[in-house]
Amino acid sequence: MAVSVGTGLQVEMVAADRVVWSGEASMVIARTVEGDLGILQGHAPLLSLLTDAAVEVTTPEGVVHAAVDGGFVSVSDDRVSILTERALLAEEIKIDEVHAELESAEHLPTGDEREMRLRRAEARMRAYEASRG
Amino acid sequence: MAVSLREYRARIKSTQSMKKITRAMELIAASRIIKAQQRAQAAAPYARELTRAVSAVATYSDVDHVLTTEPENPQRAAVLVITSDRGLAGAYSSSVLKEAERLVGRLTEEGKEVDLYLSGRKAEAYYRFRGRPVAHSWTGFSDSPTYDAAAEMGATLIEAFLNGAGGAEATDSEIAGVDEVHVVFTRFISMLTQEPHATRLLPLEVVEGVEQPEDSDLLPLYEFEPSAEEVLDALLPQYVVSRIYFCLLQAAASELAARQKAMKSATDNAEELIKKYTRIANQARQAGITQEISEIVGGVNALADANAGSD
Repeated sequence: MAVSVGTGLQVEMVAADRVVWSGEASMVIARTVEGDLGILQGHAPLLSLLTDAAVEVTTPEGVVHAAVDGGFVSVSDDRVSILTERALLAEEIKIDEVHAELESAEHLPTGDEREMRLRRAEARMRAYEASRG
Repeated sequence: MAVSLREYRARIKSTQSMKKITRAMELIAASRIIKAQQRAQAAAPYARELTRAVSAVATYSDVDHVLTTEPENPQRAAVLVITSDRGLAGAYSSSVLKEAERLVGRLTEEGKEVDLYLSGRKAEAYYRFRGRPVAHSWTGFSDSPTYDAAAEMGATLIEAFLNGAGGAEATDSEIAGVDEVHVVFTRFISMLTQEPHATRLLPLEVVEGVEQPEDSDLLPLYEFEPSAEEVLDALLPQYVVSRIYFCLLQAAASELAARQKAMKSATDNAEELIKKYTRIANQARQAGITQEISEIVGGVNALADANAGSD
């Protein structure tokens, strides 16, 4: 599907303690619990749960990559808000820390905690790598 | 005379150094308030969007959630008291504690048992000293609370609430169940006014009009993925945590404002004392000089009299 590079969407990515990114975009791709979700202009109002994953926002200036720790995405009237307790833009991700986190998470006993930390570290890794191209 | 003059000088000196300390604390508090206010502002968009989302779910689906249902016949209540870690903030902590005592009194009158959850070393010290049992306490972040701290408190309180007072023996968790959760914190109204405030956190009264979206953008008919229940399930705990975070941020700003005010009046007081002591010291010095002169004059007169006598 051809994506018109316009600015049809108002996107706000909000973490608990700050606005991580906000601006105009043509497309948002996020991963919900049901699977990947692409949002274009004119999307139906939606409120959906996100998993720990990378989020992509296509803007006229380029693609913004970020990693979120769960949260929600809500769409209404071409306003997209991504709400999450913690979010990091790709350029804020320190890859050494992510590697260290992956390492330490792998040594944890199997369980939800280990799964979650692995998932979050992987999401960060993916966002970081995607931004490198 | 000379001894008391030295004494006064020493007193002036110690007051001056005290003044320097209180002045420094005043300035530190003042600069941190700005940071605390910025933090509160930075957290506002999240709270706003979360409130929007919660009201969207609440409006378009009549889902009942455990966190919003009032337990019948509540027997046990948790009270979260938010105070400071350090003193020297005037009546800040004690007025929160007074408000908390009032709330505890009211709840006890209603026949509820009260579990205390404390934030800040001052509250901890207050209840430990009185030998009152404390369910849980958190310390070490009162003037710059992090979201993680709020998340931890939220998780504990939600777990307590979900355990419920009735089924307390049925759960193997070490956190005693409660039927309602209250928070006592200090609301930051302005730099000059902060007031202690008690509010009920759980069960949630959904959409307390915290920040109603403007009439122009009426909430659209949302689709929920995977389902309204599951979205609500994930939203409400975060909503609770964000409310706690809001309380912590308000409390932090209030604490700093109270400290700045207290330190300002301490500095003013020190200035006054220095002025007073300087006057007394000058008086004492002058009295010494006068005495010396009158002694000399007296001596000269006596000599003159003696000489006149001998002539």
